[in-house]
Amino acid sequence: MDNHYDKFVLVEYLQKYFRVSGKQKLKAVDGISFYIKRGETLGLVGESGCGKSTAGKTILGLHKPTNGKIIIDGQDITKLSSKEKKQFTRKIQMIFQDPYASLNPRMTVSDLIAEGLTIHKMGSKDTKLRKVHELLKLVGLNKEHASRFPHEFSGGQRQRIGIARALAIEPEFIICDEPVSALDVSIQAQVINLLIKLQKELHLTYLFIAHDLSMVRHISDRIAVMYLGKLVEIADTTNLFENTLHPYTKALLSAIPIADPHYEDKKQSIQLRGELPSSINPPSGCTFRTRCEFATSACAEKEPKLIAITNDHFVACHQVTSDK
Amino acid sequence: MKKILDIKNLTIDFNTYAGRIQAVRNISFSLYEGEILAIVGESGCGKTVTSKSIMRLLPEATAQVNNHSEIIFDGQNVLKLKGKELKKIRGDEIAMIFQDPMSALNPTMKVGHQVAESLLIHTKITKKQAFKEAVQMLKLVGLPMAEKRAHEYPNQYSGGMRQRAMIAIALACKPKILIADEPTTALDVTIQAQIMKLIKTLQADLNTAIILVTHDLGIVAGMADRIQVMYAGQIIERGVREELFYDPQHPYTWALLRSVPKVSQKSKSQLYSITGTPPDLLYPPKGCAFAERCEYCMPICRKDPPVETIISKTQSVNCWLQHKDAPKLNKPSGLKGVIHGQSL
Ligand SMILES: Nc1ncnc2c1ncn2[C@@H]1O[C@H](COP(=O)(O)OP(=O)(O)O)[C@@H](O)[C@H]1O
Ligand SMILES: Nc1ncnc2c1ncn2[C@@H]1O[C@H](COP(=O)(O)OP(=O)(O)O)[C@@H](O)[C@H]1O
Ligand SMILES: [Mg+2]
Ligand SMILES: [Mg+2]
Repeated sequence: MDNHYDKFVLVEYLQKYFRVSGKQKLKAVDGISFYIKRGETLGLVGESGCGKSTAGKTILGLHKPTNGKIIIDGQDITKLSSKEKKQFTRKIQMIFQDPYASLNPRMTVSDLIAEGLTIHKMGSKDTKLRKVHELLKLVGLNKEHASRFPHEFSGGQRQRIGIARALAIEPEFIICDEPVSALDVSIQAQVINLLIKLQKELHLTYLFIAHDLSMVRHISDRIAVMYLGKLVEIADTTNLFENTLHPYTKALLSAIPIADPHYEDKKQSIQLRGELPSSINPPSGCTFRTRCEFATSACAEKEPKLIAITNDHFVACHQVTSDK
Repeated sequence: MKKILDIKNLTIDFNTYAGRIQAVRNISFSLYEGEILAIVGESGCGKTVTSKSIMRLLPEATAQVNNHSEIIFDGQNVLKLKGKELKKIRGDEIAMIFQDPMSALNPTMKVGHQVAESLLIHTKITKKQAFKEAVQMLKLVGLPMAEKRAHEYPNQYSGGMRQRAMIAIALACKPKILIADEPTTALDVTIQAQIMKLIKTLQADLNTAIILVTHDLGIVAGMADRIQVMYAGQIIERGVREELFYDPQHPYTWALLRSVPKVSQKSKSQLYSITGTPPDLLYPPKGCAFAERCEYCMPICRKDPPVETIISKTQSVNCWLQHKDAPKLNKPSGLKGVIHGQSL
């Protein structure tokens, strides 16, 4: 049995609603629960707009949750005073998708990386500079890069700067929000390799957000699939790919084009009808039913709960669980 | 099969304050009727510049197309066309869709009217007929509630819907050639799958020849008849789909195929990645452009550019490894195999 402390990150029934035009509520994140063990990577996937970034930002503390618990290293961070929170947020950092937009163009690489140290008043000027040089080396850049500006770097290099910046204050938990989506395949592999290496060396815990599953499979120990603010399936990576249960996960997996012509020719892909519905007026019952080929009238009535099928495989689908 | 487009010695430079960027360096290729030709390669290798030159969409102030370049369509050199002739080719005969649909859509005009306008330029029908046909086109490309949506503006559309609208505009006058430049890079895989299926269906129905520009080898595997790989402004290998995926010859093609994670690969193991970056096109190297990053680089590779070696009727490669005196080597493992996703 896992004991409680194994769950380094524990998210319980997290909700984040945004108020939009008048009294309407946009349910960006609508009651998600998951855990991440220390040193583990949880992949979080789903189409754009399903609430992945909002979930990440809420856990990071950039949004105040509407409801739910975020327990990190045994502490519910939604209950902390602002001073305690500042101390605590040192443990959590985020790496963003867009290495261009997330770095202030007027700051040098050195200042960018040291910013967190300055905010948290960690170290003198000299120790900070030494730290910056160490970090640059760690992410595969060098000392000479310290005095340059972000625009002098390629996309892959900028993402390395973003990673060095996140690592500066020695976080234990890093939320990676689509860190490689904007990069070429060969550069993606370099950044993923770096993240894997750092995780091993520094025993980091990752929440790895992505909208496709290509790299997620390689880096994640477990994967959670999100649809319209809710989780529809969570399983360890092998099971998610090999014993896929939820129709949405199946469609998502079959939509990934595979770089093998014979495979592509034989592939019977499941085409999803239409697009993601609005999070302001989500469909009743199972929110996926409007795009699901197996939907019955029952699916419109009751919301499916995330149910354990095996020890580490959960799914929220009436069709799957009624067979059991 | 009949050649529909013949590109010879295409060479394009950009004059910038930093100097002359040699974006496309003497490439030649043909497009055949009804086929899908994929152009692949890392960002900056010249895919978009090549595509835009066919449509004559490059900025005239900075882009300089070398004088002996030819783009032959329908017996005439597109590069020499002016005014009305050019306008007829653009859109009517050759249409292009882009990664960013907003760059092609008019934000102040209802989508239905934009499709209708495209129809009106090239066919003699009334405005009313054109709008009716526009709605049909929007239905054809799978726009939900097309009758209603035709009266909306692009900013009321999602990314996938905008992409569909742009395809509808591009296809409205039944072009002979469609150039699709990373049409789905900004979209989710689920929507990407829908759009790719749409392009394939339309291609089969209308017999349009397609140039598909992408950096995603998965898309290429499912879509292309023929493939050409570009590197630093040059075509370094070409062949039919089976040849390039199952019998590639260029170390750069190998590297591209190896960069994609395979199912058989242990999770969290180090992925193969190409070291370094492509050369600076202000000062392209005098030998093989890939030499700097190539695991198999020989002294000759840095000295002289490799010549084209014919492998089969359809496949050719520019690499010194093909030379009779070059060492015979075994191709690296890890080129083949299902890459991710479920078993069938
Ligand atoms: N600050 C905000 N205010 C209002 N709505 C928001 C805000 N941030 C995100 N949303 C909405 O929440 C939903 C989820 O967005 P997001 O978390 O960015 O999705 P993802 O990261 O999965 O693409 C979307 O409908 C988005 O428009
Ligand atoms: N308008 C321009 N001015 C100067 N250089 C340009 C311009 N457009 C493209 N380039 C350069 O030409 C090269 C090829 O670019 P492009 O065709 O857009 O690459 P790809 O589409 O393969 O990513 C790049 O080095 C790029 O920087
Ligand atoms: Mg996001
Ligand atoms: Mg391009």
